[in-house]
Amino acid sequence: MNSIYFTSALTASALLLSFMRDRKKTLAALIKAWKMFSSLLPPLMSILIIISVTLALTPEKVLLELLGSESGFKGMAVAAIIGSVSLIPGFIAYPVSKILISNGVQYSVIAVFITTLMMVGIITIPVEKKYFGLRAALLRNFISLISALIVGLLISFIWRMI
Amino acid sequence: MISFIKKFKWDFSAITAFIIFITYSQIMNFQPGIQSLTNFREFFVEMMTIIPMMFILISLFDVWVHREKIQKHIGQNSGMRGIFWVILLAMLQAGPLYGAFPVSYLLWKKGASIRNIFIYLGAFCTMKLPMMFFEISFLGIKFSFLRTLFTLPIVIISGYIIEALLKNRNFKMSSPETAKEK
Repeated sequence: MNSIYFTSALTASALLLSFMRDRKKTLAALIKAWKMFSSLLPPLMSILIIISVTLALTPEKVLLELLGSESGFKGMAVAAIIGSVSLIPGFIAYPVSKILISNGVQYSVIAVFITTLMMVGIITIPVEKKYFGLRAALLRNFISLISALIVGLLISFIWRMI
Repeated sequence: MISFIKKFKWDFSAITAFIIFITYSQIMNFQPGIQSLTNFREFFVEMMTIIPMMFILISLFDVWVHREKIQKHIGQNSGMRGIFWVILLAMLQAGPLYGAFPVSYLLWKKGASIRNIFIYLGAFCTMKLPMMFFEISFLGIKFSFLRTLFTLPIVIISGYIIEALLKNRNFKMSSPETAKEK
């Protein structure tokens, strides 16, 4: 709840400051924000529906076994596969991650999911190849996958200490 | 309005199916169906309070930040300063990974090293400031801080590794847009 107050205060003061310095720019920004929001809303709704129904139908035990604290490396592997093959925008991935965490999924698993989602793109390799060549594209994706797993492992070790 | 519905026809079908499903669940007293509505309501309220503010912040950021000034510094600097500038440039961007490829092509044409191009890409993927706002507000500062703390050195090391592996294999970048013109 605290983060909502903080975000509101930040947004309000940023908006006020921007408005005082340049009305036109601020208006352009608000229009842009509305465009982003309205084109995100329908896909976000369907994702929320899918998650709501899936979580209601999946026994908690299954979710925790697959991605929870007992899942260990298996959870990270599952997250890495999903993150590498899917093309989900961050605007949707973060809200979904939050829901998964409040249902018992580990932060380290989420770190792997988010990092692979952002860095590894199996589907976009054909595009990437056109810029870097096949060898460099494959190499970058492979090293990014390893990096994501390392970040996940580090977070799982450090998380409980702090 | 009609074109909006057409564009998102799959999403609207999903919403319609969900409404039918929960109505049916209420009538038949199907517990998982009722539970999914409770879930949905909770998630929806939370998203709708945070997301609009996030988009306002991101758009303000976008109209006020001048990336051109930083782009000027790229290429001439090597070593730590070069790395600093590509990471700074990456942090000020927004958008998906495939939007970073054309920018990295520009960097390459301006003479950036292989190492810095891949550091740019790694930082672009994981450290974009607009996305960090989003991440902090949903997953908390502790997660965001630790993830960035671990990712940054890994991204830099990866740049060195990729450069070492590609250096003598005559690595070349090309742009699909200019290739078409030929």
